[in-house]
Amino acid sequence: MASVVPLKEKRLMEVKLGELPSWIMMRDFTPKGIAGAFQRGYHRYYNKYINVKKGGVAGVSMVLAAYVIFNYCRSYKELSKCLWLPCLQWGFP
Amino acid sequence: MNENLFASFITPTMMGLPIVVLIIMFPSMLFPSTGRLVNNRLVSIQQWLIRMTTKQMMTIHSKKGQTWTLMLISLIMFIGSTNLLGLLPHSFTPTTQLSMNLGMAIPLWAGTVILGFRHKTKASLAHFLPQGTPLPLIPMLIIIETISLFIQPMALAVRLTANITAGHLLIHLIGGATLALMSISMTTAFITFIILILLTVLEFAVALIQAYVFTLLVSLYLHDNT
Repeated sequence: MASVVPLKEKRLMEVKLGELPSWIMMRDFTPKGIAGAFQRGYHRYYNKYINVKKGGVAGVSMVLAAYVIFNYCRSYKELSKCLWLPCLQWGFP
Repeated sequence: MNENLFASFITPTMMGLPIVVLIIMFPSMLFPSTGRLVNNRLVSIQQWLIRMTTKQMMTIHSKKGQTWTLMLISLIMFIGSTNLLGLLPHSFTPTTQLSMNLGMAIPLWAGTVILGFRHKTKASLAHFLPQGTPLPLIPMLIIIETISLFIQPMALAVRLTANITAGHLLIHLIGGATLALMSISMTTAFITFIILILLTVLEFAVALIQAYVFTLLVSLYLHDNT
């Protein structure tokens, strides 16, 4: 018996390329849906890297590295005005 | 030069949105909730640290003072984690903003004072006059004690702001000096680099100590007033 899974319930990796725009339009963009997406993402990361029997420093370090990169992107505009080496490295002339 | 030196202290906004709110809420993500009897390593380490701090800080209080445990422990966790995260490159430290430190210091101090006035009115008023003062000095001493009482929240806030801001500025300046000296004389640059390393170690200590001092003083005011 061939059961066709409806488009809405397919996961991202199972969606065919042609169906991608319609799949994106069907996603839940209400605040509750977005909050649910963040929660799912958080729990995926937490249960994979931190909530394990022998978690190491890598789990937290990846979060901190992402935080550093986020702050770099945030201050890129200020940093791009600098022209000489100390200014480029430390963000001030 | 002055304008760019302080660029890391302005409130971060991205495309007009104040993301400083996200940055203030970020440390809470690093303290996961404890669900089980035996937790994962991160949670176990944090639980051990928090229990050690709680025992150290809250045993001196009476039953009434110990109702403030949750407030004080979350205060020290917040200030400690925010200060430590501020040592990462390019990050923004909310505790460098005087507005935020005043917002933490004034309500907590006012809470302890009002608590003291409500429950031990005579004893709180008696704090204004130390024992054994000669009679002519009494009016002046009361004025001085009142001023020293009202300066407590200001001192709490300004102490935290100034320490963290000064530390960040020093790191920026000495780092820039090291880089500038590299093209002039390697030995001097190396010495300056050693100074930078020592300063960073100091800053780690300062980050934690400042959190502790803030919380300890609030707890002291609480002890006086319960």
